Amino acid sequence: MAKYIVKRILSAIPLLLIITIICFFLINLAPYDAIDSMTTPKMSEELVQMIREKYGYDQPVYIQYIRWLGGLLNGNFGYSIVNGTNIFDDLVSRIPNTIVLVLPAYLAAYIISIVLGLLAGSHKNKRLDKIIDGYASLGIAMPTFWVAMLLIYIFGYKLGLLPILGMHTVGVDTTADFLRHFILPFVVLTLSFIPDNLRYVRSSTITQYSEDYVMVQRAFGASKGEIMFKHVCKNVLLPVITKLGMALPTLVTGAVITETVFSWPGVGPYFIKAIQGMDYPIIMVVLVLSSTLVILGNLLSDILYCITDPRIRKMR
Amino acid sequence: MENKNHVILDIENLTAAFQIHKSRVVAVRGVSLYMEDGDILAIVGESGSGKSVTMKSVMGILGENAQVKADKLEVMGKDLLKLSEKEIRSMRGSDMAMIFQDPMTALNPLKKIGQHMVEVIRRHRKVTKKEAEEIAVEMLKKVGIPSPESRMNQYPHEFSGGMRQRVMIAMALCSQPRLLIADEPTTALDVTIQAQILQLLKKLSVEEKMNIILITHDLGVVASLARKIAVMYGGLIMEQGTTEEIFYHPAHPYTRALLHAIPKCESGCRERLEPIPGHAPSLADPPAGCPFVTRCSFACQECRKEIPKMKQYSETQRARCIFLPEQLDELRDKRQKADRKEGEDHDGK
Amino acid sequence: MAVSRSKKRRIENVIETLKHDKAAIISIIFLIVVIILSLAAPFLPLEPNKTDIAHMLNAPSVHHWFGTDEVGRDYLARVIYGGRISLLVGVLAMLMSVCIGVTIGTVSGYFGGIIDAILMRIVDVMQSIPWLVLVTVISIFFKQGLSSIIIVIGFFSWMEISRLVRAEIMSIKEREYILYAEFSGVSRFLIIIRHLIPAVLPTIIIAATTSIANAIMTESSLSFLGIGIQEPMSSWGKLLQSAQSNLQNAIYMAIIPGLLIMFTIFAFNKLGNLIRIYVEPRVTDGTK
Repeated sequence: MAKYIVKRILSAIPLLLIITIICFFLINLAPYDAIDSMTTPKMSEELVQMIREKYGYDQPVYIQYIRWLGGLLNGNFGYSIVNGTNIFDDLVSRIPNTIVLVLPAYLAAYIISIVLGLLAGSHKNKRLDKIIDGYASLGIAMPTFWVAMLLIYIFGYKLGLLPILGMHTVGVDTTADFLRHFILPFVVLTLSFIPDNLRYVRSSTITQYSEDYVMVQRAFGASKGEIMFKHVCKNVLLPVITKLGMALPTLVTGAVITETVFSWPGVGPYFIKAIQGMDYPIIMVVLVLSSTLVILGNLLSDILYCITDPRIRKMR
Repeated sequence: MENKNHVILDIENLTAAFQIHKSRVVAVRGVSLYMEDGDILAIVGESGSGKSVTMKSVMGILGENAQVKADKLEVMGKDLLKLSEKEIRSMRGSDMAMIFQDPMTALNPLKKIGQHMVEVIRRHRKVTKKEAEEIAVEMLKKVGIPSPESRMNQYPHEFSGGMRQRVMIAMALCSQPRLLIADEPTTALDVTIQAQILQLLKKLSVEEKMNIILITHDLGVVASLARKIAVMYGGLIMEQGTTEEIFYHPAHPYTRALLHAIPKCESGCRERLEPIPGHAPSLADPPAGCPFVTRCSFACQECRKEIPKMKQYSETQRARCIFLPEQLDELRDKRQKADRKEGEDHDGK
Repeated sequence: MAVSRSKKRRIENVIETLKHDKAAIISIIFLIVVIILSLAAPFLPLEPNKTDIAHMLNAPSVHHWFGTDEVGRDYLARVIYGGRISLLVGVLAMLMSVCIGVTIGTVSGYFGGIIDAILMRIVDVMQSIPWLVLVTVISIFFKQGLSSIIIVIGFFSWMEISRLVRAEIMSIKEREYILYAEFSGVSRFLIIIRHLIPAVLPTIIIAATTSIANAIMTESSLSFLGIGIQEPMSSWGKLLQSAQSNLQNAIYMAIIPGLLIMFTIFAFNKLGNLIRIYVEPRVTDGTK
């Protein structure tokens, strides 16, 4: 098994490199570059050239790439074109905000979807199942931002119960104030995470119930509860747990839309603003960061799978 | 108490139907079976004949879309029709146990063999985990699994098919059931392994005083093992009797056809194997008369009208055909003569 | 005869499901109505771009069934024309991603070896970038507009389809009739066109319906974020974006397009399910 994991980690490295190359050249192809932001039309040709040399933009593309990659590894993510801030510092201040929102929402959604999925799957085609499955089908079809808008309307405007923008009221820094800001985006995000996982859990519960071993267990006198908790649950949850790894990138880019709607000071609005302002260095960093997390997440979930599933554990 | 009731199984007019969407599929259409202590009963029939469904209804493990009815349904003197679901559940795995066709899928792939065994043992007996493990090892030894202690810690995928079937049998033995239903226990196994498993079952039936109902589609398998045979077709029992009666004096055309489809060595392989032509009837829309009518070479108008009554031929043998065995012989001889004559005519030309 | 019998059986299965599943019937009717309205929009007396300052942000009434927007345009007309764009983007992006996905999947699965390895690494790479991030980044390279949004969505949503198709092609190509065709010298191109593609058609059709639903969802998200459809053109997502600023006094502007997006995606997913019941009868036929 250790061999497999090492092999798996080694195969992830070239994938990561390829992605950085793609990102870099994608941005290099863009009709606008970092120099433009540092220069003004009034500057002389020599001055522009000097700036170019100073930042290394006169060198061949591959050297620029290596320098950029080296910078990434050292935490030097470059500077925003639009307002010149240090991207690393920006992200360091924003990512925690995103995690604070996404992590609880994801975990809540994860637990709710497992419970509902098991319930629905074990009551296949009964009323309860139809209600839960109906909710999941509608939930998948609902745009997140629309749900957000409706909740804003109801709780923000009509009832006036909750604030609808940001993370804090300006000048107030209490936990209660934070929580009031937190509720709406949290609910929206939780609702948006539930349906996918719920459907997965439901369908794998149904599959497990149709397996022969369930009938065999009944033939050996197992009660419904024993079948559910000692057998089906375990077999359903194992792959679901390994899916947790894949949620890693969600921590950074999982809430772009929700954060934008609620002006939550996380990665989302930062990224969208960068896109709208063609702020390439930021886009590039977010692209690389999120892809890295996807690859790491898949890696993590493969490893989890390896550790938890005895069939694979012993084979490799 | 155990010796008092020597009747293991007594079923009268059992029917089982499935509701699929709005159509109703009747898989078992009135089966009566009777089994005494010390018997090994084989239920023989092709797939879809209702043999497996019959026994699953006795166990009460059909799906929720199944409706089972019977005039009488008694196992070891206990009337299953009157017992609560909970009481029947406590009988499953203790008084009666069942093993299945495909040992590959019968065990939960994520649980160790030991966990499976201990779970079953502790479900029916008040023992500690340690004691249960000891019992489990003992049972595994009994079914011929080498080094059972270390095997307890392995997962099902680390066992071969034959070994898994042995594990299933060991699981069934744990609570010393008096009735073991084996649903095609050897179908998914290699031929050499098949023989071993059958030997094992035979040995256990004697040693453990366990009554076995063997469900199979292969008459050859039952010859050496079963004492009584019931032949099923289209959800009905077509013929039942002792093994000798079924093999040497078959009364029903279907039984005869089945026998012709088994390779026999003593006849010097001169006799040709005769496959049974046609398909089994649809269960959703069964023919009105005898279900075998479409494939029977003796079928006549009469057969299509209604399901033939059971006729008693001896104390143990009964068959569901309007013709008597002698009539069938006569018809067959006549036909053979005619065929031969035709053949000679051809040769003459 | 066996074929026609099974076909009849499959249709019966679908009808049987429809009888029990009212949501499926409603979905199909809904889709038909939406498609007809979208196609017929130019022939209807609708003026989506006619402003009327006297009647701004009017709530739904007999005169304006869906009310009017912030510059007094008839919201019903805007919604119908928005639906046209949403559906158009959905269908065209689906066609594009299906074409690319099927081509790559077929080539990869049929030829195998190094070609398969390279193509699948490409798929790996593309799937490693979070979808929303990828699409938004790519969209800045194109001039914003209808055709670029279709290209962006179509071009970056074929990966799943290609994986599905590849897996199926790999199992089909081992079947006797394909081996026989190869043996008797039929060209690889013909084998692909005549045997392989028809065999994976069911998978393709199912993937296509989900693909439309996904494309509509993505388009609305992009338009909502302001990097999709641009004024004066509208789509349901775009309508929601403008509704955001009038949320307080014209909630109907948010509710209507949102419901339509939801029902449309729901209906396409239902349709996909029905098709699955038709092409994979085993799914529903479980007697056990």
